[in-house]
Amino acid sequence: MNILSLFVIIPLIMMAIIFCIDGEKKSMIRMVMSIGGFALLATSAYLTVEYLAAREAGDMAEFLFTDSILWYETFNIHYAVGVDGVSVAMLLLSSIVVITGVFVSYSIEEQTKEYFLWFLLLSIGVYGFFISLDLFTMFLFYEVALIPMYLLIGLWGSGKKEYSAMKLTLMLMGGSAFLMVGIFGIYYLSVPKGGSLTFNIQEIAANVTTLTEQGADNSWQYIFFPLTFVGFGVLGAMFPFHTWSPDGHASAPTAVSMLHAGVLMKLGGYGCFRVAMYLMPDAANDLAWIFIVLTGISVVYGAYSACVQTDLKYINAYSSVSHCGLVLFALLMMNKTAMTGAILQMVSHGLMTALFFALIGMIYGRTHTRDIREMGGLMKVMPVLCVCYVIAGLASLGLPGLSGFVAEMTIFVGAFEHEDMFHRVFVILGCTSIVITAVYILRVVGKILFGPIQDEHHAALTDAIWYEKIAIFTLIFAIAAIGMAPLWLSNMIAGGIENIVKLF
Amino acid sequence: MELTNLAPIVLALPLLMFMIIGLFGYKMTPKFSGILGTTAFSIVTIVCYYIALTYFFGSGRLADGSMAKEVIFNFEWLRFSENLVISIGFLLDPISAMMLIVISTVSLMVHVYSMGYMHGEEGFQRYYAVLSLFSFAMLGLVVATNIFQMYIFWELVGVSSFLLISFYYTKPSAVKAAKKAFIVTRFADMFFLMGILILSFYTQTFDFGPLTEVTNNHVAIVSETMGGVTFCGLSVISIAVFLIFLGGAGKSAMFPFHIWLPDAMEGPTPASALIHAATMVVAGVYLVARLFPIYFFEAHDVLTIIAYIGAFTSLFAAVIACTQTDIKRVLAFSTISQIAYMMVALGVSGYEGNEGLGFTASMWHLFTHAMFKATLFLAAGCVIHAVHSNEMDAMGNLRKHLKITHIAFLIACLAIAGIPIFSGFFSKDEILVAAHEASPVIYWCQTLVAGLTAFYMFRLYYRIFWYNEPDYGHHTPHESPANMWIPLMVLTVYTCTSGFFPFTEYISPDLMGFESHIHWNIAIPSVIVALIGIGIATFMYKKKTEYPDKVVACIKNTYHYAYNKFYIDEIYLFITHKIIYKCICDPIAWFDRHIIDGFMNLLSWITNKTSLEIKSFQSGNVQQYAWVFILGVLSIVALTIYL
Repeated sequence: MNILSLFVIIPLIMMAIIFCIDGEKKSMIRMVMSIGGFALLATSAYLTVEYLAAREAGDMAEFLFTDSILWYETFNIHYAVGVDGVSVAMLLLSSIVVITGVFVSYSIEEQTKEYFLWFLLLSIGVYGFFISLDLFTMFLFYEVALIPMYLLIGLWGSGKKEYSAMKLTLMLMGGSAFLMVGIFGIYYLSVPKGGSLTFNIQEIAANVTTLTEQGADNSWQYIFFPLTFVGFGVLGAMFPFHTWSPDGHASAPTAVSMLHAGVLMKLGGYGCFRVAMYLMPDAANDLAWIFIVLTGISVVYGAYSACVQTDLKYINAYSSVSHCGLVLFALLMMNKTAMTGAILQMVSHGLMTALFFALIGMIYGRTHTRDIREMGGLMKVMPVLCVCYVIAGLASLGLPGLSGFVAEMTIFVGAFEHEDMFHRVFVILGCTSIVITAVYILRVVGKILFGPIQDEHHAALTDAIWYEKIAIFTLIFAIAAIGMAPLWLSNMIAGGIENIVKLF
Repeated sequence: MELTNLAPIVLALPLLMFMIIGLFGYKMTPKFSGILGTTAFSIVTIVCYYIALTYFFGSGRLADGSMAKEVIFNFEWLRFSENLVISIGFLLDPISAMMLIVISTVSLMVHVYSMGYMHGEEGFQRYYAVLSLFSFAMLGLVVATNIFQMYIFWELVGVSSFLLISFYYTKPSAVKAAKKAFIVTRFADMFFLMGILILSFYTQTFDFGPLTEVTNNHVAIVSETMGGVTFCGLSVISIAVFLIFLGGAGKSAMFPFHIWLPDAMEGPTPASALIHAATMVVAGVYLVARLFPIYFFEAHDVLTIIAYIGAFTSLFAAVIACTQTDIKRVLAFSTISQIAYMMVALGVSGYEGNEGLGFTASMWHLFTHAMFKATLFLAAGCVIHAVHSNEMDAMGNLRKHLKITHIAFLIACLAIAGIPIFSGFFSKDEILVAAHEASPVIYWCQTLVAGLTAFYMFRLYYRIFWYNEPDYGHHTPHESPANMWIPLMVLTVYTCTSGFFPFTEYISPDLMGFESHIHWNIAIPSVIVALIGIGIATFMYKKKTEYPDKVVACIKNTYHYAYNKFYIDEIYLFITHKIIYKCICDPIAWFDRHIIDGFMNLLSWITNKTSLEIKSFQSGNVQQYAWVFILGVLSIVALTIYL
């Protein structure tokens, strides 16, 4: 059996097991989740090692570990899987966030069984999306990942959770409506004369190249590129389609926020790159400027908005808008360095936002407030959590030695390769965000962690407990590991990017 | 021992100590963590001395008499593209070897001193962990083989500075100061980054090797790739290196980025001595010195600007220093002023042979300043330790109580004032000679600053150690323990002796070295000016007199402005709070919540309303259905007839 299918099969088995367990046996459910999560992490680590070994051995195929099973002949739909450097990085990220999300979810006491079932369904969607090479299957997994979000936020969330869940789902569904049109457009129009209709990404890419060589009309790209890009861009929190993010994150339970900001938002970036840009390079080249403007605005706009928020989760949601904006921004620079930086930023942002949301959830669970005006001096009370928060903040503002720096610098150096005025202006605008990031990160650190204790009830709070420590230390370890030894990851990703860059 | 084996220790050991003390410090006793950090750092110091001394007096001198530039190790850390690679390496040349000595000496002394000064503080282990982090970052910065490595460590020293300033994190003023320091320097670093981006875009390299290689009075790689490229009428080379200088100006607290340094004095005094006086704040000077060939040959206009900015800053800070009453702040402004001195020296320097005097003098002053300023800060630490206050009003007549501190402080004051035989005299003399050759304006400005320096330092000295004794109550000040005064004495010895080392033979921009001697025609006026400054200070502050108040009354407005640091902080506050927060952030946040989100909510509201409206069509009322049916049929018929 193909190793990639394990990413779907393991969660399925876990779902089956948990389904059979009595809902009252919470510790057993948690045990199953932890073991399964570690199995997933081990699988992705093994996959990474195997992938690097195969590349080392000189396997130059575009995608490795490919497999294809026909499952709907009429439309030529396959369950086709395969990975390149980018997807391997994404799978590794997903596994780290999933296992830490499981540990953070240990504190869920209500309807634990149902919660974890939806949680698993969500992870199936995420994993399936990253391994798919077939547009239809990919879209299917994409939808599978979105739906559980509604229930997870609506049932286990806090605050105005019904409103947020509805808003988030509707906006993302609106995005997938665009996406579906885009996918069908690609499906029907990318066929050269005499070819057969296909959903397979590799085949479509080859077809599109043939079409270009034949000098065929490529005007369809100019219709469907914006549709797919916006469709995925909604999930990637692109301005002005980002407003689901602050409300959604604020209402979601901790682990869901982690998974959502850490992995699900990466589906957007990954999709933009794998579907929109890879399959429609001509349109990508010509229309990039529109989206550079929008994502450039996202970067700065998110950062400035984050400066004045008072709810911790809102601050982080806007910061995510800024950082994810940088991902799409870098992708649109369409050269190897910047795109590598974009994927690095996805990994880095995934890890650090997951860490942020985990910590915010833990702090909220203790203080019962997320308003920064009502907290202060927490460092004295819960040193472990607060030191970790400072580390997360430093990663976010791009301190060398942590992952954010590697990603941002790769992006800036890559983006600077464009010599024209338009790109220059936006790159410099992007650079300014590193200062604003420092402002809003230090504002929070200075306000809630440092200073005198604001609320005397907070003085008696407890520090992190064992499962919380496992979660945050794993994330910090990953952030620091990438930050200190980035070369292997960046080379692996760059290997995957090369195949796409040569199309532009 | 082979240098290739030794050099990694310099970086690895402090990093290891940071991790060990940082991760497991809470399980150690404070004393153990302090001893661990200090022991490890003494090994680093020995290695640094070994490397630097074998370099200066052995392997460094090449057959043709010039000093070598060796890359001891260099490994690839991150690859951006074919040519652009960030490496982490170890570059040994005269200035980096000199910096190794400065950093290791001051840092070791601060490690030892802190054992006494920080005794009993909560977070003692944390302090030592960050001290190790800082030492690691600073050492990595000076031995950088490429500009991006420098940027990496540049950021790391920035964050360790943040962590040390906010050491007393429950104190709101300390938190504020730390934030300010970080954000201001970060703002400047943004320019640094842009400068690196521009430079590397054209030259396709980060490496200092090609970037500082001079052939035929040109830095070939820069002039070939960027020469003649202009932007808005300005040469791109000048823009790039000016942006890089702005990064340096942020760290080195040049006007108008100086505002963070005085506030940074909220940190523990030994940390101020190490970071905000001796080492980190001179990083900007070091950066310009490192890229000196580019500045000199390719962007001479920028070098001139640097000289004027330096001259202005040194005067500006010296004036403010005369009015401050917090002893650490006086020292902070004095630091700004002295670093600006070094910048001036770089700005007026030439390149070849004797012409390179400014460069040499700058590095020399960097060395001597590190020693005497660290002495001053550590001595100030002893004073603060004794009287538990930073304010001059709480001090007076301390020479009776703190004899050793008194001697150290006096020697350092004489050194900074530029009195012969003390180290400051030699380096300052060279700077003034270089300035004299370049521009009379700068020369007279710097001479004036020399006088002001002597005045405010001796004002400080007399206010602390003479003056009238305030009421110390039952808490008589007493001398500090041995682990505090021994490092103080060691640094005092350096202060006295470092002027006699023949710097000019080893450190020069063209690496050739040259002979130098004291230029009495320049030295005598400057010494006289310094003596006048000291004389006025003696007259005014040796005992409590009414002269200071009279003087203040005479120049009331000027004094008021200077005392309030010319309101630069207020201008910054206005820009950040009133403009950025109120006029940018708030409207954007409002726009987001009300316009963009409002639009989304409007869509859902419209959907809701529409469905409410059209819901009534499905009434279950058969007559209504029949009506609609008939109307429909009729309209279709009408349509078919008329179309």
